[in-house]
Amino acid sequence: MQRSKLGLDFEKVEYARGLAKGIAEDVQSFVEQYTTVAVERTLCRLMGIDGVDENQVPLPNVVVEALKDKGVLSEGALFFIANAMIQTGLKPQEIAEKVAAGELDITQVVTRDQRQIAAALQPVIDESMTRIRNRRARREHYLDTIGEGPKPYLYIIVATGNIYEDVVQAQAGARQGADVIAVIRTTGQSLLDYVPYGATTEGFGGTFATQENFRIMRKALDEVGEEQGRYIRLCNYCSGLCMPEIAIMGAFEGLDVMLNDALYGILFRDINMQRTLVDQYMSRIINGFAGVIINTGEDNYLTTADAVEAAHTVLASDLINEQLALMAGLPEEQMGLGHAFEMDPMLENGFLMELAQAQMTREIFPKATLKYMPPTKFMTGNIFRGHIQDALFNMIGIWTHQGIQLLGMPTEAIHTPFMSDRYLSIENAKYIFNNMKSIGEEMEFVEGGICRNRAKEVLGNTIKLLEEITKEGLFTALEKGIFGDVKRPKNGGKGLEGVTMKGDNYLNPFVELMKGKR
Amino acid sequence: MSEGLYSMEAKDFDKTLDFTKIKPYGDTMNDGKVQLSFTLPVPCGAEAVEAAKQLLRKMGFDNPSVVYYKELTPGFTFFNCYGSCTHTVDYSTIYVPKVESNTMDMYETDEYIKENLGRKIVIVGASTGTDAHTVGIDAIMNMKGYAGHYGLERYEMIEAYNLGSQVPNEEFIAKGLELHADALIISQTVTQKDVHIQNLTNFIELMEAEGLRDKMICCCGGARITHELAKELGFDAGFGMNTYADDVASFVVQEMVKRGMK
Repeated sequence: MQRSKLGLDFEKVEYARGLAKGIAEDVQSFVEQYTTVAVERTLCRLMGIDGVDENQVPLPNVVVEALKDKGVLSEGALFFIANAMIQTGLKPQEIAEKVAAGELDITQVVTRDQRQIAAALQPVIDESMTRIRNRRARREHYLDTIGEGPKPYLYIIVATGNIYEDVVQAQAGARQGADVIAVIRTTGQSLLDYVPYGATTEGFGGTFATQENFRIMRKALDEVGEEQGRYIRLCNYCSGLCMPEIAIMGAFEGLDVMLNDALYGILFRDINMQRTLVDQYMSRIINGFAGVIINTGEDNYLTTADAVEAAHTVLASDLINEQLALMAGLPEEQMGLGHAFEMDPMLENGFLMELAQAQMTREIFPKATLKYMPPTKFMTGNIFRGHIQDALFNMIGIWTHQGIQLLGMPTEAIHTPFMSDRYLSIENAKYIFNNMKSIGEEMEFVEGGICRNRAKEVLGNTIKLLEEITKEGLFTALEKGIFGDVKRPKNGGKGLEGVTMKGDNYLNPFVELMKGKR
Repeated sequence: MSEGLYSMEAKDFDKTLDFTKIKPYGDTMNDGKVQLSFTLPVPCGAEAVEAAKQLLRKMGFDNPSVVYYKELTPGFTFFNCYGSCTHTVDYSTIYVPKVESNTMDMYETDEYIKENLGRKIVIVGASTGTDAHTVGIDAIMNMKGYAGHYGLERYEMIEAYNLGSQVPNEEFIAKGLELHADALIISQTVTQKDVHIQNLTNFIELMEAEGLRDKMICCCGGARITHELAKELGFDAGFGMNTYADDVASFVVQEMVKRGMK
């Protein structure tokens, strides 16, 4: 048993983890019965289907819509594609093109038995699996040769709207010391039920996530990584209505970190909970297999709810997210469970409570690459105070050994970061991480003191909340507004029409392949 | 880089405060001192520093001094600078339009509604258009409120509906009609490329096209919104930095009374 610096009762932690497991299993038994348009489009992409039709509609959408229109989506895309491959002798991409041209109705082909279908799919499956494995090996090779920066990784965002301008900003950030570059998505992309195609230069508050944009940025980061002698990770958003599709595009193009959290989409983007939990399962399977670190969005709860009062909702959600991720075969090291430094800076001893919570999260998830979020809610436009708030946040990051330090910007709440804002933030973090490097090993928490009491209180409240959720299930808990004070109905929100129960012929061999053969 | 702690600059300027000719204040009246930082797209070096100084002079600064510079990435240099501003502004004649209502607290507003309107009023709010941020609308509407100011949901005499974010303007207006809204309030957080201006303009155009503009009070808010901008776009009021639910509620109820809305 590990020793807790905070005097945490690990038996209580294990009890809480057990509760979370039960809640996650309940969700999982629902999830496994369903598929969605996004999952089926993902399978199309795994069949090598890519590109757009003459109206710029992505071909995976064309194929899946064709099945949905005929009311046979429940049988799944692979069943029809495999049968069409056997009948026509064409490749999946050619089949998709014919569907787009109106020359082929894949629901009208002769259906074959399971063995024949499996045989037809096998070479295409092998090709995709190899493609992802090679991408993963490429990252591992870089890590073995040029290496990486020490943890906490310095995480910065770029958000110009233009992928080529993003490249300039990202390379500058990497040269200044950033380890992870997140390309913020354009406002509203999470609600698109398709993934745009090609390189893009127009976006609001961010840049479209497209496979081509992923490729452009990956290349730029490899260049600057080789120059700096440090592997630079690329992060994007595997959330919204295209969760698993973005996951597969990221797996093909070598992304390293993905925001990937159904609960976030439900609460803050009003995406239907059934839809996004099914999507999340497939996306986490892919991320797990591709070696991608997922980031969860618990930090956001504290932007709408009070950071002191609602701290336990963050821990409860982290515990549930951990279990859901494990069920998708995602190893603990790839879990960037989220939490945040969001208390009112005017609060007496607020720093101590933040410190206690960060240390508590570290001890409860010892292997996770925890994602620690900077102050945002109480950033005011006073850039000078903001820079100090970020400094306090950085002290806790190094003190409690966070995995990914999402750097705060002094100009938070004013504009998306200028090149110089990133420089000031990176300088702030590097100064503190170096100057206070071993503080966590040197300091102890006083018995009966503020920090120990705070950790105990949060854990106690977490257990109460998990017991409550256990009684009514996660869906009902979400309907009641348990996280972030936001209430979402089970049948409300966006994307429910894209959910369907799996039929008798349904198949998705990738689930077992990716979960088993890592 | 610096002459040390003590400024050796001569101070041979008029040190009387004159509201018709004000300029920035460092530590002496009319010294005009300004600090600023910016990045130039040039490599680091003496030429870069000279470019920064020339730019400062063009911006109207005397004694431009570059106190710190650093190359952010090849071809981009960051500067921290000081200078004495040569421009002045006539403060005595400035007129800024403001929301003309007395800000009342929650209890006063509830009382005011009971006395003057005699019924609960309905306020519907959302972050409309593509804006995905709920932080602004939540600060105004959520029960808890923000920075000690209770949100509209807590008001006894206000029925408040927070529709959240990314609500299309059409849907927002339709919902307002359905709920018999007295006031519609829009929050805008994302302002890159003036997307908020386009969205707010679109909202007002829709309201006018539907003949609803005079039937409901329309307000907008956000960190980059000013009352002046809101009026220009056709709203009744705009709420910017440092305004809270009290300001919004006070304006809405007083405006309703002023217009004779019952």
